[in-house]
Amino acid sequence: MRTIFLHLHPVKVNETALRFNRTFGLGGMAVLLIVIQIITGILLRFYYVPSPAEAYNSVLFLKNQVLFGQFIRNIHYWSGVFLLLIAFLHFLRVFFTGAYRDSRSINWLFGLFLLVLIVFANFTGYLLPWDQLAYWAITVSTNIIGYLPVVGESLRNSIIGGMELNADTLQTFFTFHTALFPFLLIAIVLYHFWRVRKAGGVLLPETPGKSEMVPVMPNLVFREFIVGLVLMAILLIFASLFNAPLLEKANPSYSMNPTKAPWYFAGVQELLMHFHPFFAAFIIPLSVIVFLAWIPFFKYNEPPNGHWFISGKGIRSSKYTAIFATVATLAGILFNAYVLNFEIVMQGIPALISNGIIPLLILFLLMGGYYQFYLKGFRLSKAELVQAVFVFIVVAFIILSLTGIFFRGKDMELTFPWNV
Amino acid sequence: MKKTGKDIAEEGTRKGITRRDFFGMAWKGLGILVAIESVGMITAYFFSGKNKKTTAPKQLLEAGLVDSFGPGSVSAFMGGRFYLARQQDGGFIALSLRCTHLGCSVSWEENKKRFICPCHSSAFDISGEVLNPPAARALDYYPVLIENGVVKVDIGTLKERKSARKEQLIYA
Repeated sequence: MRTIFLHLHPVKVNETALRFNRTFGLGGMAVLLIVIQIITGILLRFYYVPSPAEAYNSVLFLKNQVLFGQFIRNIHYWSGVFLLLIAFLHFLRVFFTGAYRDSRSINWLFGLFLLVLIVFANFTGYLLPWDQLAYWAITVSTNIIGYLPVVGESLRNSIIGGMELNADTLQTFFTFHTALFPFLLIAIVLYHFWRVRKAGGVLLPETPGKSEMVPVMPNLVFREFIVGLVLMAILLIFASLFNAPLLEKANPSYSMNPTKAPWYFAGVQELLMHFHPFFAAFIIPLSVIVFLAWIPFFKYNEPPNGHWFISGKGIRSSKYTAIFATVATLAGILFNAYVLNFEIVMQGIPALISNGIIPLLILFLLMGGYYQFYLKGFRLSKAELVQAVFVFIVVAFIILSLTGIFFRGKDMELTFPWNV
Repeated sequence: MKKTGKDIAEEGTRKGITRRDFFGMAWKGLGILVAIESVGMITAYFFSGKNKKTTAPKQLLEAGLVDSFGPGSVSAFMGGRFYLARQQDGGFIALSLRCTHLGCSVSWEENKKRFICPCHSSAFDISGEVLNPPAARALDYYPVLIENGVVKVDIGTLKERKSARKEQLIYA
């Protein structure tokens, strides 16, 4: 056992890499959460039945009749939530310390792929309880696929196996969730780790003093053990205090009000409230993904220095961009909701233009103005400029998500969190 | 002089491609072919059974006598997943429950005289026409047949449309 653990590590590791605020242990936490997901997932499968007639009852049985049934389900639920959050934070950490290019560019791509995989592992699991929450959230989310050009409709029908969610949908989601995705996740995570070692470990800033190489055992392994224990403690506290949601059994004739997509899609859903679906569900997310995948391959002038936010200038420009993105996103949401609805004002024009191209142009003008009149004065390097764009995207995404999760109530109208 | 294998190989090199190269490429080609075939097979396997069109045979559901539905009335048939709506002029249409925006079930609000979707507050009038976005298309409908004064709905065939039109209504 001890040798297996040591085999995954190098023999010696740089002392500065051990500092907690270098990585916050996020990658390691993600791995632990994946292991917990797999163990609790296997346990849940001993009772779960993947058919629309039986699924809900089997979850009820698990909850009410099985010793620790509810607790195991809670752990599975919360470790799924934690995994997404931790993976997202890990993604931010890697970007803001500059560990995404040169020998690490391919690993950045695999990391992005893992993030997407974790989102879809969560998404396919969301349907399985077959309650009202699951049924309508998946209905709304899969219908968004139908708006993709040309292939949308048939792709959607293939994924759910018909016009509405049915037994085939559940079978498909169950197979993805419990066979394909876990397998892919394990394989790619191992590769992801191996590439970190190939790149020479965690990216470190050059330190003036001499940094020492220390043996991994016990220096790193013991730290990992402690982080793992603390994480498990927090997870178990959540699982004992907050139950995983379970509403009434799915009823295809009666939609919930409001019906929301799963929380990690709340940002896309919020975009859908403001843009034509072709832009909200296709053009905008696709451009973001292409940009993120492209990040390592821009031509940069100097190698990454390993410092958080690159430099003092980088910190300041990121801060102001974050403020700009917050204000611009909030203003956009409120303006579109209360002052001007493009689709209603410009009724003669196709919605694709009135509710797609025009608001997008306004957004670009705003961003251009911010760059021209403010950001340009910083004389940012290429890496710092890419960082500013990244900050804008991440902050806008977070604001959109928070709005969708906490500020959308009955009829999807804007309201305060205590009314949701 | 007898040719040895080496000579033949050298001869081949002069021509630009040796037997070894040839077989090497052939094997690689075969490998690529196998990969393409496998991907094709898996894709076909996955999609052929999943993408079911709703081409169920005619499934007639008897809704009731023509006279039992007053003009301007809307009756819910949850088992058939439709609302039977009779227009003011007496025309019948069987409207699908599914909102054309993102597929939630619409409900008929009698006092507002409109179908409202609880998910994103799209609204439709009694003929299924859009009154309020984000929905962009009128509600889908099922064909209605009237035989011997009985209204029947073919719940096997769902019809999509851009907007509500007079010819979609059926009269007794």
